[in-house]
Amino acid sequence: MAKRIDVSGLTAYYGSHKAIEDISMTVEPRSVTAFIGPSGCGKSTFLRTLNRMHEVTPGGRVEGKVLLDDEDLYGTGIDPVAVRREVGMVFQRPNPFPTMSIFDNVAAGLRLNGNYKKSALNDIVEKSLKGANLWNEVKDRLNKPGSGLSGGQQQRLCIARAIAVEPKVLLMDEPCSALDPISTLAIEDLIGELKERFTIVIVTHNMQQAARVSDRTAFFNLAAVGQPGRLIEIDDTERIFSNPSVQATEDYISGRFG
Amino acid sequence: MNITTENTEAPPPAPQPSAAEQKRASRGATRAGDRIFLGLSRGSGIFLLVIMAAIAVFLTYRASLAISKDHGNFLTTFEWDTNVVPPVFGIAVLAFGTVVSSIIAMAIAVPVAVGIALFITHYAPRKLGTPIAYVIDLLAAVPSIVYGLWGALVLVPHMQGVFGWLNDYFGWTGIFSWQGGAPRALLTVGVLLAIMILPIITNVSREVFRQVPQMHEEAALALGATRWEVIRTAVLPFGRSGVISASMLGLGRALGETMAVATVLSPTFDIQASLLDPGGGTFAQNIASKFGEATDQGRDALIASGLVLFVITLLVNGAARMIIARRKEYSGANA
Amino acid sequence: MSHAAVTDRRPSTLRGASLPKWSPWAIAAGSVALGTGIGLGAGLDSTIQWGLIAAILFVLGTYVIAARVEGRRQAKDRIATSLVWVCFLAAVIPLASLIWETLKRGVKVFDVYFLTHSMGVVPDTQPGGGIYHAILGTLEQVGIATVIAVPVGVLTAVYLVEYGRGKLAKAVTFFVDVMTGIPSIVAGLFILSFWILILNMGYSGFAGSLALAILMMPVVVRSTEEMLKLVPNELREASLALGVPKWRTILKVVLPTSIGGITTGVMLAIARITGETAPVLLLVWGTNFINSNPFKDPQASLPLYIYQQYANSAGSGAAYDRAWAAALALIGFVMILNLVARGIARWKAPKTGR
Repeated sequence: MAKRIDVSGLTAYYGSHKAIEDISMTVEPRSVTAFIGPSGCGKSTFLRTLNRMHEVTPGGRVEGKVLLDDEDLYGTGIDPVAVRREVGMVFQRPNPFPTMSIFDNVAAGLRLNGNYKKSALNDIVEKSLKGANLWNEVKDRLNKPGSGLSGGQQQRLCIARAIAVEPKVLLMDEPCSALDPISTLAIEDLIGELKERFTIVIVTHNMQQAARVSDRTAFFNLAAVGQPGRLIEIDDTERIFSNPSVQATEDYISGRFG
Repeated sequence: MNITTENTEAPPPAPQPSAAEQKRASRGATRAGDRIFLGLSRGSGIFLLVIMAAIAVFLTYRASLAISKDHGNFLTTFEWDTNVVPPVFGIAVLAFGTVVSSIIAMAIAVPVAVGIALFITHYAPRKLGTPIAYVIDLLAAVPSIVYGLWGALVLVPHMQGVFGWLNDYFGWTGIFSWQGGAPRALLTVGVLLAIMILPIITNVSREVFRQVPQMHEEAALALGATRWEVIRTAVLPFGRSGVISASMLGLGRALGETMAVATVLSPTFDIQASLLDPGGGTFAQNIASKFGEATDQGRDALIASGLVLFVITLLVNGAARMIIARRKEYSGANA
Repeated sequence: MSHAAVTDRRPSTLRGASLPKWSPWAIAAGSVALGTGIGLGAGLDSTIQWGLIAAILFVLGTYVIAARVEGRRQAKDRIATSLVWVCFLAAVIPLASLIWETLKRGVKVFDVYFLTHSMGVVPDTQPGGGIYHAILGTLEQVGIATVIAVPVGVLTAVYLVEYGRGKLAKAVTFFVDVMTGIPSIVAGLFILSFWILILNMGYSGFAGSLALAILMMPVVVRSTEEMLKLVPNELREASLALGVPKWRTILKVVLPTSIGGITTGVMLAIARITGETAPVLLLVWGTNFINSNPFKDPQASLPLYIYQQYANSAGSGAAYDRAWAAALALIGFVMILNLVARGIARWKAPKTGR
């Protein structure tokens, strides 16, 4: 049920400031696409335009098209709330709801969407936690608050929460940047498993991580501070890291700047 | 100025002085100026504590004088005759009126204030939210006597219709039956108090809602929550204790409000089941209205009732502060 | 495409039926019209009732229509939105009415004569007289209260921020908070029992000042504390590292940096106690004549003047007009203090913020 994303001519603004300009790319279903690039190049902004989270920021607006299997997310009559149910998101810092238990955190999205029977809810929560490789660690304390978990566990809880509503696409905004190496490894393994079911887009600062987890990699850059970010190139990860077609990409990857 | 060598050796931009360093700095404060200044500022703090203690002691002392002469039961008597010999007075009616009018005020003000706070932080367009918050700030500063004047002029006549309507449809409950007197009853007082405490509850709640971490709201949004669902899953749970303490602050104001109540209520020393018929008074209102013609004995009796009010507001405010303090620890651990 | 095959209970389309943008306004207009109609038809005389009926119609109408067209979740979202709007309007109406009535009724007798003359022997039923004696009394009482409360308040805040660790500081913090909540009439009763009944000092403006000072102190402590906390630690350290003693650092560096915010806090506190009636009623007693000595004999005061004129007027006539005019003067004074205070806060705001 994963879906393809087709972006064409996308430009995003914060008020009058143009954050990213004229971005076009295709994200294949059942694959992991990584966004890399220096800080401030707009890769997170671009990610947030893919589930209409960008417009939540005051002054945020978008021009261009984002097609999710041929349906334009920014078309007329499109309900942003419905978009976000199809395109889930995991954030940089783990953000489980602090006042809810582990179980309620995973069930939060489902409860919004209607009346589930208790048993059905139990099944989905278990399935999602297993899907996030967290079940064995928390099955005995589902009613404890989610904020009592470690950072890595919290992030996997957030992933479980996101996949519980069965989205078609999963966006991850630097999901490991606040985690230690072991937790990072756990999340990376998880991403490898999740791509069987979802289209995954991940923003990362860590180039080794991009090389490890992604099938395709997109490199973003900006001409100068204050200039909008642009997509420099997107290609198979292997090619980007071995033989990129643009010099700037090679410079960035080999650590010559950024 | 005697700069020690230690100081010159220390790296200048130390980001946080260690505890030991700070201690040394204050230990070294043998200079007279330092000692005097510390003494003055500590003295001021102690002075405040002394005032609080003095309030409790003096009120209790005068109150005990009054209560020892009381020929009624101070807690249960339905009378306030302090100028007869022997005096007979009790706070039952005042306690009833104070509590009931404050409950009415809270029942109206808290939901509305939460609504306005949400309106400012989450619903109003940015350009509208800021000036509204500003105006509400100003309204918190309107003197209570002016609310009283307005209540007597505008609110009381308007309540006539509301009273009639309540009596027609809900008179059977007993609580809303009305014999048709002037609508200067506890319900009117409750409504006026609600209007008066709205600004303060709104202001505090607004601050709390504004502090809800963006990431919690985004988490809900990313799950496909509507705006109301974001508020229900992320904003309200986070702000709950803040709203409770804001309400307690409002309750403290409502309990102690004097002039507004004195101008709209026609007090009777009686308790009625109906909120629409004249009955009851409040501690503060009773003090203000009876003080003018009170004898020495009468004034002590009023002080005794003031002591009860003091204790009640102390409890309410203490509870509010404890809730706030707990919230601080809680959010600090999670920040 | 492939999403048609999804056997999910949720609508797989991103498109939801939705009401047009103008629908809330249309529903609002409809409910107001209907509310007015019902009000007129049933002969309800109070416009409050019309408004209540319209508000209930609006909320219900929104829910029913949205539930029909958009589904229950959207309907709930809309009902929440409309409730929040209703809350806002319900609060704005009385507050706007308050300002409007004060202006309308206040300007009747509000003029230079009113500001520059006392009541003297003008009877309640006769026009004439003014609030000069009351303004004088209020300024003196508030002035003395400020002189007492500000040093104590600022020093206490300095203690809490610059020195305070340990039990004493914790106790002070807690009781300052509790003190903020003392009803004004209780502060009045305390001074009454202590100053007038026990020390036998008699009613005077100064007695009122003492009670007002008690009400003012915690407010000053709170706001000053907040401002001192905003002063960056680097400034203190820079000064201490130069070998400047701590007390001079506080006086010459910390306090000047935050003086704008402290001034704002003090002015807001003044605005608050200026409107206090209850303690003045108990301690200053009131008079119709000019008494410029706050330490001897009863004085007048603006809020007390309003109350007494109102109480003597039976709801209309010359005294009633004077009460409103004085209310206008009081509100004007308090508002100006507020605006100036906020102006200073904005102008002098420490650039560091948070």
